[in-house]
Amino acid sequence: MEWANVILQGILVGGLYALFATGLSLIFGVMRLVNIAHGDLIVLAAYVALLCVTQTSIHPLLAIFLVAPVMAVAGYGLQRILFNRTLGADLLPPLLVSFGLSVIIQNVLLQIFTADSRKLSAGAIETATVPIFNGLAVGVLPLLMFVAAVAIIAALQFMFYSLPIGRALRATSDDPEVARLMGYDNRHLFGVAMALSLAVVAVAGVFLAVRANFDPALGPSRLIYGFEAVIIGGLGNLWGTLAGGVILGVAQAIGAKIDPGWQLLAGHLVFLAVLAFRPEGLFPKVDG
Amino acid sequence: MSAPSFHIARSTPESRFALVIGLLALVALVAGPYWIDRNGMRIVGEFLIYLSLASMWNLLAGYAGLVSVGQQAYVGLGGYFLFAWAILFGLPPLLAIPFAGVAGAIVALPVSLLVFRLKGAYFAIGTWVVAEVFLLLAAQISVLGGGSGISLPISVVRSIAESRDGRDMAVYWSTLGVAVAILIGTYLLLRTRWGLALQAIRDGELAAETSGVSVATAKRLLYVVAGAGGAMIGALIFLAKLRISPSAAFSVNDWTAFVIFITVIGGIGRIEGPIVGTFVYFLLRGLLADLGPTYLIILGAVAVGVMLFAPKGLWGLVADRFGWQLFPVGRRLVLDTSASAATSKGA
Repeated sequence: MEWANVILQGILVGGLYALFATGLSLIFGVMRLVNIAHGDLIVLAAYVALLCVTQTSIHPLLAIFLVAPVMAVAGYGLQRILFNRTLGADLLPPLLVSFGLSVIIQNVLLQIFTADSRKLSAGAIETATVPIFNGLAVGVLPLLMFVAAVAIIAALQFMFYSLPIGRALRATSDDPEVARLMGYDNRHLFGVAMALSLAVVAVAGVFLAVRANFDPALGPSRLIYGFEAVIIGGLGNLWGTLAGGVILGVAQAIGAKIDPGWQLLAGHLVFLAVLAFRPEGLFPKVDG
Repeated sequence: MSAPSFHIARSTPESRFALVIGLLALVALVAGPYWIDRNGMRIVGEFLIYLSLASMWNLLAGYAGLVSVGQQAYVGLGGYFLFAWAILFGLPPLLAIPFAGVAGAIVALPVSLLVFRLKGAYFAIGTWVVAEVFLLLAAQISVLGGGSGISLPISVVRSIAESRDGRDMAVYWSTLGVAVAILIGTYLLLRTRWGLALQAIRDGELAAETSGVSVATAKRLLYVVAGAGGAMIGALIFLAKLRISPSAAFSVNDWTAFVIFITVIGGIGRIEGPIVGTFVYFLLRGLLADLGPTYLIILGAVAVGVMLFAPKGLWGLVADRFGWQLFPVGRRLVLDTSASAATSKGA
């Protein structure tokens, strides 16, 4: 029963990792951009949420509805002003520009908010639990986190495969040149993709802030978790990304149960094992 | 009319000038302990360390397209190798430096088998994960201080040299020796057949492959060499610091971010780039280091700006403007314009 609990908690944390990963996976799918600053943007969203909560005393989880539009607009601007200039055949510019952005965001946050760790308090919901059976119970907050991840991925899937904007995004992803000939404005579409990515980042950031302490240096490790979830699940498959997040969460939970020092190591080792034995990921993209 | 005569030139007037300046600088640096004070020697040592790291990263990213964000894995590995060597086995610390290089190469080979499965930017983050794994593993080694780190025992420090001046000199000359070996090695490597292959890969991977370059072998070779170099530099860094901890040894900021900024600002894919970049980096650091986080914001912004508006870096701007090549690695065909000119030259 103890182990069932450990695995259950791991699965639910996996929802958060899937949220870290979804935004990363989305922009890679649309424009082959790997945003090294992704983790720092999650932490930035957490601080934006902190500002919203302290300024308006709104409930942290409702702050999602303020933070998400702010981050989406910022994402659109970031793409149009910065990242669109870097896209092309050469792989270095987007990588190095996002790396520079990562260092800039970390240090701007450090300058404004200091290195002290902060947390958003969500009140009673933090300790509320839902009993399942036999004394096994899950926290409402982790459950909410997992449900949010599933809902967001389902919504993105629906958008990609059933809405005109999704068709446009898939078209630019398949062949940007031909998409342009068909009258799509790639620069705008890339902006939309980054806006969506950062809206997901906002949700991830708020949950990050409510779940545990955060500080400006936390970004790179969130990027790595998200990246591992994407690779474990298989590139270009959002449900695979959710599965990747869950596998990572469970691996970390089991590692932590064995020895606290092994929590992060266990997650990384599972990632490296997938890379060694199934480099295309567990659930690679199937076209159709 | 006689047939036009020609010869193959591998040097330029600027490069002969650079060679003279380089030799003078080398003589001045070898004599460093006799005319530079302790603080100055520390800065020169750091300068050489960053120049070496940037030169190797430039080879990886600028030539072979291997944008690694995980070279701190090898720096940290070299540092921990030194501490294990001296503390656990009681061997002479200076001797650890070359063996750290061997260890770096031995570790880099299997790591390359894993991370080379990832392409482009995914390779970048994959190398970073490997460095994180090394960090977490180092934190598990309790005989080397675990997560909080360890200092070199006094007896080991004394074994380098009895006096502090003697130790400073030993560390300084070792650093100079390794750095010069790495820099000259980089230059000579680029002048060989492998160098030609690497330049072909830089200019177009597919074209290089179809021209008969074994791209995969060249990349793996380079990655292993960079792992060895990084580990030797790591041993030197922590020999100077006398203390190691996982977070300092495997710091992505110290051993990779700054190195990337140096290379990008100076000019990626050119041998002169890291040299120019290291000077700019130390200049900016000297001017702005008191500003704390603002300094890093400015450094990051400069790197982003250079990448966007002058992707060939500062040296690229200069070289394109004046056609300079301080370290020519190619071969140029020079036509001897007329016999009389040749005669007058000969006279």
